[in-house]
Amino acid sequence: MSTMTFLEALREGMSIRMRTDPNVVLFGEDVGAFGGCFGVSAGMFAEFGAERVRDTPISEGAIVGCAVGAAATGLRPIAELMFCDFLTVGMDQLVNQAAKMRYMFGGKISMPMVLRLPAGAGTGAAAQHSQSLEAWVTHVPGLKVVYPSSPQDALGLMLAAIDDDNPVVFFEHKLLLGVKGEVDSKEPIPIGKGKVVREGKDVSIITYGKQVYDSLAVAEALAKEGVEVEVVDLRSLYPLDKDLIGETIAKTHKAVIVTEAVKRGGYGGEISAIIAEEFFDQLDAPIVRVGGLNTPVPFSPVLEQYFIPNDKDIMQAVRSVL
Amino acid sequence: MAIAKDLMRDLYKQMRLIREFESAAQRLFASGKIPGFVHLYIGEEAIAPAVCACLTDEDYITSTHRGHGHVLAKGADIKLMMAELFGKATGYCKGKGGSMHIADRDKGILGANGIVGAGHCISCGAGLSIKVKGTDQVCVCFFGDGSTNQGTFHESLNMASIWKLPIVFVCENNHYGISMSQDRHQAIKDIADRGASYNIPGISVDGNDPLAVYEAASEAVRRAREGKGPTLLECKTYRQRGHFEGDPGTYKPKEEQAGWLSKDPLPLFAAFLVENNVLTQDEIKAIDDSALAEIEAAIEFADAQPIPEVESAVVDVYSDIIEEVRSR
Ligand SMILES: Cc1ncc(C[n+]2csc(CCOP(=O)(O)OP(=O)(O)O)c2C)c(N)n1
Ligand SMILES: [Mg+2]
Repeated sequence: MSTMTFLEALREGMSIRMRTDPNVVLFGEDVGAFGGCFGVSAGMFAEFGAERVRDTPISEGAIVGCAVGAAATGLRPIAELMFCDFLTVGMDQLVNQAAKMRYMFGGKISMPMVLRLPAGAGTGAAAQHSQSLEAWVTHVPGLKVVYPSSPQDALGLMLAAIDDDNPVVFFEHKLLLGVKGEVDSKEPIPIGKGKVVREGKDVSIITYGKQVYDSLAVAEALAKEGVEVEVVDLRSLYPLDKDLIGETIAKTHKAVIVTEAVKRGGYGGEISAIIAEEFFDQLDAPIVRVGGLNTPVPFSPVLEQYFIPNDKDIMQAVRSVL
Repeated sequence: MAIAKDLMRDLYKQMRLIREFESAAQRLFASGKIPGFVHLYIGEEAIAPAVCACLTDEDYITSTHRGHGHVLAKGADIKLMMAELFGKATGYCKGKGGSMHIADRDKGILGANGIVGAGHCISCGAGLSIKVKGTDQVCVCFFGDGSTNQGTFHESLNMASIWKLPIVFVCENNHYGISMSQDRHQAIKDIADRGASYNIPGISVDGNDPLAVYEAASEAVRRAREGKGPTLLECKTYRQRGHFEGDPGTYKPKEEQAGWLSKDPLPLFAAFLVENNVLTQDEIKAIDDSALAEIEAAIEFADAQPIPEVESAVVDVYSDIIEEVRSR
């Protein structure tokens, strides 16, 4: 057993596979000797060399497209975009190429690529460096989407993402990079499996990423009042662990869905629709969603904190269904 | 450059086969047999056969919406292609791709593409693969003049240049992006000039002359194989049909069309071959007849193939997920 930061776990996941599979390569802006904008790949350049840990020009279209071409021809590339916000610039290659090649070509082309996207608000980086754009990619058939919250899950899901023969979009919340946690296993964690991170019988909070921590804090506070909140960390957004969602609803009969992404059109809406469609008769209260404000992410810390859903917002949502 | 007679004959054969394929596609689209969009390569047949003559099955190509000629020249199976155009279950892509998405991994065909400018980046990925694996393969990226105004063109030439990727960027400058003539869509005449921005050789040739294309492509492919990096090869040509079938092409001036029709690569090359004693008139006729017969057989094959079971729509979205995809 060892303690690692989230960032170290990401690096370890990539390095484990790079040590044994010469076809795994990492590229992106400043990922080389500089070690990546957030330091995720620090040291990897020294270990694996310039050929396999490769600095790219500032060309998001070419970065994502290069991953597509490399995956189609036998590599297992990991591409990093500096911020998930820049996916807009590489979106065509992800949505129209990576996601559709296997299908359009009748199953004959495999697309084992990982696209790493540092996401989320809370760094004072304003509207173009703080978004949570996961709903854009969960919407696209052909992509898998993961969003780990702990170092253990970051490592296990990274291994699974690299091993997967489909394009996997890998969200990394920037505020989680420094989070420390126990890492017991260096085995892949199956994509599509969520996890109950706190058991409870009164209300289910269904969430992922950084909001797992805020939700746990709320559960902790409510426990003092005798309210037992169950917290489900989805870990993977597609495939989605509907079984686990069904189980938790069957237990608590109440669902609060928490995302940092703006509420309008967010993935929380999809989760809530699934609950309404498939588990309606288990519900004892309306489904409640908590999301970011329906605005761009503002700069000034006071405004930014107002944008991000916090423990008070989550608390209020939970109370509203008790 | 001395070009072997056998090669010249093969080039003519391929050009004729593509012309017949496209003429058939034109007919079959008009009669409703082929659904969707069809972008024909008629008038541009000198290019892909000459470029692909420099390649092996191990080499890669990326292609475009106007891709029939590229994939046929790279060795795609004509029957599977026709079946795909018909939307049949046994077509190249099991009826899920159609005219704009023919791919064949075994032949190094990384796909025709419906997104203008997408193949450039994909070719960089193929080039990176080759580099990482240390083989002497190359990747040819085919694209049109219109696509050279996409950011991806510039991103990819730059990336290929700094990484010295083994890519030949082949621009088929047919002087139009749909209705926008080249002089309206960019302020340069020779797209090859854009190589200079990336410090890669930019070469411009007569794209209706297969021997000129072959000569330039051989050199570019040799450079790429030797690790000397990418080349931008511009082949000037003309599409004789509309942008897609159904486009009457009224934006193309009559004199311009007549001028280019007189430079149709097929009769020109046939006359050249006869004049230089490579083929006799009878041999030309025999090649033409056999191309036609091959196309007729492909149509017959495609006609006889089953249409897809609707259930197959959920297959191959992922390598491993089917059930969830089914839910709606
Ligand atoms: C990204 C994108 N924008 C626009 C289109 C629509 N479109 C299809 S082909 C075409 C013209 C392309 O011109 P060019 O690259 O010169 O190729 P050509 O058709 O002349 O062979 C356009 C605008 C598209 N398919 N993809
Ligand atoms: Mg054109």
